[in-house]
Amino acid sequence: MSDYVEGLLRELAPQVLGALVRRYSDFDDAEDATQEALLAAALQWPASGVPDNPRGWLITVGARRLIDLVRSDAARRLREEREARLATADIAQSATEPASTDDSLALMFLCCHPVLTPASAIPLTLRAVGGLSTAEIAAAFLVPEATMAQRISRAKRRIADAGARFEEPAPAEAAERLPSVLHTLYLVFNEGYASSAGAELARRELSGEAIRLTRSLYATVPEDPEVTGLLALMLLTDARRQARTTAAGALIPLADQDRSLWDSALIEEGTRLISAALTRRRLGEYQLQAAVAAVHAEAPNAEATDWPRIAALYALHERTAPNPVVTLNRAIAVAMVEGPGGGPEAGLELLAGLDGQLGDHHRLLAARAHLHELAGRGEVAAALYADAAARATSQPERDHLTLAAARLTAQSR
Amino acid sequence: MPRYMLLQNYAPAQNCDVPMEQWEPAEVNAHIEFQHELNALLTESGELADAQGLAWPGDAKFVVAGAGAPVITDGPFPESKELVAGYRIVEVDNLDRALEIAALASAAPGPGGVAMGVPVEVREIMGAPEPR
Repeated sequence: MSDYVEGLLRELAPQVLGALVRRYSDFDDAEDATQEALLAAALQWPASGVPDNPRGWLITVGARRLIDLVRSDAARRLREEREARLATADIAQSATEPASTDDSLALMFLCCHPVLTPASAIPLTLRAVGGLSTAEIAAAFLVPEATMAQRISRAKRRIADAGARFEEPAPAEAAERLPSVLHTLYLVFNEGYASSAGAELARRELSGEAIRLTRSLYATVPEDPEVTGLLALMLLTDARRQARTTAAGALIPLADQDRSLWDSALIEEGTRLISAALTRRRLGEYQLQAAVAAVHAEAPNAEATDWPRIAALYALHERTAPNPVVTLNRAIAVAMVEGPGGGPEAGLELLAGLDGQLGDHHRLLAARAHLHELAGRGEVAAALYADAAARATSQPERDHLTLAAARLTAQSR
Repeated sequence: MPRYMLLQNYAPAQNCDVPMEQWEPAEVNAHIEFQHELNALLTESGELADAQGLAWPGDAKFVVAGAGAPVITDGPFPESKELVAGYRIVEVDNLDRALEIAALASAAPGPGGVAMGVPVEVREIMGAPEPR
């Protein structure tokens, strides 16, 4: 299949699904029908050419499949009643009415329904709104395809059981549900960004998909500062992709990255977005993280980083949405600030307050190691890095921390 | 094609009992690179099904279901040498090839570039029953 057709289908999938669910309200059947329509298009279009109204074509085919599905499903009690409803539905109308981004948005809200855990909401969103195949999603999460298919269909069942309907949520409800939509998109992005070497390609696709979905969400609610903040955060983070690992997949810390590899177009767009969001004066965690990323992005080299500003942003973040990882990041920023109130000892003091919450979590140990290293205590740092390496939960991190321990041990010999 | 699991545990290697963080950084790098290259080689030959390292065993738990609530105890403890540290699953023509790959994995370089002689356990993974 050509890239053009594939891209077109991916873009149209949520619109087709949205149109079908809106008319026929059964999410599960509508999804099956949409997949079949997409499959038919993928088989036919490359040979016969893309129809004049590809979206209408898909909706018409999908609606026919949906009717077939319902007809063949003899076990359903309300079969006749639904058939009657389907027969009177005006398929032609939904096939020609203009594409509605609201359909995609309502679909996104449905997939991020609060009855679902992130482990279910993420694959469901990718499948229904993102238009990734079950096989692609399974590859990205390193589970067998059958397992992922089950996870997705259980998620759909849970939504149906909860009595959720496909409709645009009322404004108050939308505001309440938006955080879980943003959280889901954020997790999808992170899954793709924190890639493990073997599945690099599949995971890169996840990040791209998260950005695409966040873009379309932003197009619908451009005035929401957290949506803008999340999009900015993704773009500013993704801008560093080429610089953050070696060819073999080893991690390169921010300070050591070759900044000429950073994607300046993404940085420019991300910075513009976050600047606009911040003027609305409704701060949130995504805006603050994006603001930190923007400060890093504007420094031509690591030495030029505006650490006082980053420390201040983390302090603001701690007040807006307190969490131990933010405190940990603030401690590292404070350690880099020169002058009164800054320096490694001040950072270590902040970290001391996290013992009860993070215990011997590898990130706390690694941060502590880093600050002892800054303070010139190589041997203490080496032991902490070794400890952190043992407790790391990803191989690239473990390798990186082991190497840091070895480097300091060698220096103190 | 038969599948084999090549298991590595925390037992000391034949030629190396120095923890990795005490090696020279260049030696650590060489070791990491070796693991990457071995996996790349096996991916290219179409033989690698999976390769995973296991996380810190210090927080591991034992769970035993009984009549009442399941009993959860700490452990296995990091000191026990038999603990699995990581594995590779390879899909190969025969046992000989699995042993060959295990020998490669065992020869990962340690301090001074010397092959470590890591003990590697080779176990066949059960497959489908014979058609009857």
